[in-house]
Amino acid sequence: MSATLTESYTWFAACSTTDVPENGGVCVKYKNDQIALFNFTRRGEWYATQNMCPHRMQMAISRGMIGSIEGEPKVACPFHKKNFSLVDGRCLSDDSCGDLKTYPVKVEGGRVFIGIPGAEEDTWA
Amino acid sequence: MKIVIIGNGMVGYKLCEKLLAKPIAAPLHITVFGEEVRPAYDRVHLSAFFDGKTADDLSLAPASWYADNGIALHLSDPVLSIDRAAKTVSSHAGHTIPYDYLVLATGSAAFVPPIPGVEKEGVFIYRTIEDLELMQAHARKAKKGAVIGGGLLGLEAAKALLDLGLGTTHVVEFAPRLMPRQIDEAGSRMLQGKLEELGIQIHTSKNTAAIVGEDTITGMDFTDGSHLEVDMLVISAGIKPRDELARHCGLEVGPRGGIVVNNSLQTSDPSIFAIGECALHEGMIYGLVAPGYEMADVVATHLSGAAKSFTGFDMSTKLKLIGVDVASFGDPFIGPNEARTIVLEDTSKGIYKRINISNDGKKLLGGILVGDAEAYNMLLQTAKNGLALPPNPEDLILGARGGSEEAGAGVAALPEDALICSCEGITKGQICSSVTDGGCESVDAIKKCTKAGTGCGGCVPMIKDLMVHTMKSQGKYVRNVICEHFEFSRQELLNLVKVKNLTTYNEVLDTLGKGDGCEICKPLVASILASLWNEVILKKGNDTAQDSNDRFLANIQKGGTYSVVPRIPGGEITPEKLIVIGQVAQKYNLYTKITGGQRIDMFGAHLNDLPAIWEELIAAGFESGHAYGKSLRTVKSCVGSTWCRFGLHDSVSFAIRIEERYRGLRAPHKLKSAVSGCIRECAEAQSKDFGIIATEKGWNLYVCGNGGSKPQHALLLAADIDSETCIRYIDRFLMLYIKTADPLTRTATWLNKLEGGIDYLRNVVVNDSLGLAEQFEQEMQELVDAYECEWKAVVESPELRKRFSHFVNAPEEKDPTVQFESMRDQKKAADWK
Ligand code: SRM
Ligand SMILES: Cc1cc2nc3c(=O)[nH]c(=O)nc-3n(C[C@H](O)[C@H](O)[C@H](O)COP(=O)(O)OP(=O)(O)OC[C@H]3O[C@@H](n4cnc5c(N)ncnc54)[C@H](O)[C@@H]3O)c2cc1C
Ligand code: SF4
Ligand code: FES
Repeated sequence: MSATLTESYTWFAACSTTDVPENGGVCVKYKNDQIALFNFTRRGEWYATQNMCPHRMQMAISRGMIGSIEGEPKVACPFHKKNFSLVDGRCLSDDSCGDLKTYPVKVEGGRVFIGIPGAEEDTWA
Repeated sequence: MKIVIIGNGMVGYKLCEKLLAKPIAAPLHITVFGEEVRPAYDRVHLSAFFDGKTADDLSLAPASWYADNGIALHLSDPVLSIDRAAKTVSSHAGHTIPYDYLVLATGSAAFVPPIPGVEKEGVFIYRTIEDLELMQAHARKAKKGAVIGGGLLGLEAAKALLDLGLGTTHVVEFAPRLMPRQIDEAGSRMLQGKLEELGIQIHTSKNTAAIVGEDTITGMDFTDGSHLEVDMLVISAGIKPRDELARHCGLEVGPRGGIVVNNSLQTSDPSIFAIGECALHEGMIYGLVAPGYEMADVVATHLSGAAKSFTGFDMSTKLKLIGVDVASFGDPFIGPNEARTIVLEDTSKGIYKRINISNDGKKLLGGILVGDAEAYNMLLQTAKNGLALPPNPEDLILGARGGSEEAGAGVAALPEDALICSCEGITKGQICSSVTDGGCESVDAIKKCTKAGTGCGGCVPMIKDLMVHTMKSQGKYVRNVICEHFEFSRQELLNLVKVKNLTTYNEVLDTLGKGDGCEICKPLVASILASLWNEVILKKGNDTAQDSNDRFLANIQKGGTYSVVPRIPGGEITPEKLIVIGQVAQKYNLYTKITGGQRIDMFGAHLNDLPAIWEELIAAGFESGHAYGKSLRTVKSCVGSTWCRFGLHDSVSFAIRIEERYRGLRAPHKLKSAVSGCIRECAEAQSKDFGIIATEKGWNLYVCGNGGSKPQHALLLAADIDSETCIRYIDRFLMLYIKTADPLTRTATWLNKLEGGIDYLRNVVVNDSLGLAEQFEQEMQELVDAYECEWKAVVESPELRKRFSHFVNAPEEKDPTVQFESMRDQKKAADWK
């Protein structure tokens, strides 16, 4: 992740790198929230977004297929294939349905950490 | 030249654009006053605001565009008066600006009838972004909504209320039918049925007497004494031209409103023009955007010193409601003496079509389409351009008989000056030359280059046809490429993957494509790999390239649970196995149903439970039914000669043999089959991708049938053949289909596009005209031999099983958001939110 972090984040240890399929996603439980985490092996990048698809409120983004459109990494919801940017979560489909929240991701020593804005517990780094 | 434009709506904006584009010699000083807070936006697609489009998305041009082009834009600043003698306008913020020419583009306002109670909270109009923001806020606490007015706009508003989550929505129309200005009685009845299916209740011939409630609306009283409880109301009873400024400064206005203009769109003061919805031309207000744009062009042309007049405009329209096709064009109502009317009415499908033809049978004058408006663009063009009609004009709405050829003339016959995009005023000639001279080879490129298709978007299918037609006539090969990542057709890619011996998605992308792939090419490549090598599809590297259903070997359903469908070859099952299905369903709390494919589907399984469910099923001798794959589904059978008194052969045994031979075979789309024991055809074999019917002498093999949305009967490929020959022919047929069909194309559609049709196919399969028969059979045998139940592979591999958990960091926990409701003693998925 190359995003410059100006806000303060709490880094939450989600899983180990090998838990996430190559070029695919998993769902991470954070307190009562669900976060979709993607291992974009082809690009050597990691991304995280909210797991809920804003189109029909389905907990499904982590099961979506990732790819790119004109160089921008994106994910398609498995239900109705709405596309979202992995970089900023914006809906890329013609008939927009709302955007995804995104989270920064760091990989350290084989562990994957997700940055939760402003959270206080479970602090790392 | 000083030009002042009052009103920054769609038409006022278009005038700015047109003025900048005209060769006007004198230096231009344009000043625009807009009453709304934001620069002009796309009012036509206002309802998209409820689908998540933002004000920015709807904007026609940002404020910076006006500044960049030297236009002074005053927003939130209505003009309050016009001094015609001094030639100045004065605004609310205190600006007084002189003009040489003044253009009124003040549009219209919603007409609100004087019903007692209209001022109550919860009563809305539907015209601006602010109106929609207010509705959105109120809808959160509202449950029942109503709309006054059953015209184009009222119905759009009713759908918007549904989308806002209001459970019940009513439309109250004063006239005896819906859309009285566009469609006739019979069409309205059909439309009413369609809307009621969507959950919109229609009340016609109803007159609202009062809106009741304390401060906030709680209901409506009608003049017939009836009452309706609602907590939200949208009034859409028509429009009222904004002519108040014109009235005050003494310009001539119509008796029922509207600023009177001549053919140059000049008002009674020659230096003042009026355009758009505020203008009254020959007694007519045009409440559509395309005529407004045309008016803007007339005024811009006039000010550039050239001549052009406005001579009326076609009022053809199409309703923009998803799932409800309604259109009217030309003169929809023309009477029986002036025209012949042909009507097609299919109440079971909810289709009503009417066309009016000149008495000599030569010209199309107008018509109405409800339920199926696919032909709208072509019919509109036929009417507008006076194109010759086919010998049987009814073919225009019935589709030509006995073939799939399009009735009527098609895009080639349209004259060069046929107006294709009426919003932007773009002709066929302009679109074709953007392809020939402008080098545009995609609809997007044409949109960028000509602006065609950027308004209401209704003409986009026709733009595509014109593009393909022009490219073909230039001898250009219209490449049917997969997506931005692969510059190949599926067929080309399949051959390349095979020649280069590639086995994973990444290898294919690295060798033959670019970028990182997407949800179109990934499943397509995965399917090609499976068709070529028939390896277990969850092999590492290919797992995440599978469509979600293939990745989890189950169909995802509403709410995020999955269905489980074990294979039951031929529909034959022992009591023991039936008991196991019952026990498994009971243990994992699954909904069970007998499917239309003669087997049993269990719905509502949590992702976490799938491996355990399949472990139990596999232990009892079941295997995957591939209900999730683009692969063989079921081979239906009838009971045949083992029990039936008419049965000629043992259709069940043959169906089982066929199903077990082709199980797991990956193809461009799913495959279905059936075997019937005699011509009574109880297994419905003639509706299948390949179907077999017993004859006295052997089997008849039928191919390329389809149920689904466009049913098509299968065609006879070979008659009276023995079982072995039948299987060899199916092998050849399937391999040819797998190798040459476009993605997601069923065999019926594939055959429709195949040059030479069934005769060609028969030549290849039966007469081996390509000399490939032996190779096809051999390749099929390899696939058959490589078959392995993919669920078995998962159940036996701890590594693969791990993928079937909802939370990576809490593998035991199921998705807590999954919800079920109960119905008829079983469970069902909770409705979409
Ligand atoms: C369960 C079943 C309905 C039922 O309760 O009976 C069913 C259910 C579904 N059908 Fe079907 N179809 C079922 C029989 C049919 C039939 C009848 C038949 O096979 O005899 C047809 C028409 C015949 C045909 O295909 O030619 C049929 C035509 C479709 C189509 C349209 C195909 C087309 O060519 O237009 C789709 C959509 C698609 O495949 O893209 C579809 C898609 C679906 C999907 C997969 C939609 C989805 O993505 O969720 C449904 C999922 C079921 C699940 O989760 O397991 N289903 N579907 C039937 C399962 C049969 C089986 O045992 O495998
Ligand atoms: C929900 C909806 C859906 C529609 N769908 C379609 C469709 O599918 N197809 C179609 O062809 N048409 C459709 N229409 C109609 C179309 O939007 C109008 O025909 C078009 O917007 C008219 O443009 P206009 O510029 O004349 O008026 P407007 O777009 O109304 O613009 C007039 C502007 O002038 C401003 N104004 C008024 N008085 C003053 C003043 N004194 N000083 C400064 N500013 C002033 C107003 O505030 C307004 O912003 C739809 C309309 C709505 C509301
Ligand atoms: S007909 Fe439609 S709703 Fe019914 S099962 Fe098939 S796809 Fe689903
Ligand atoms: S629920 Fe995600 S696209 Fe519809």
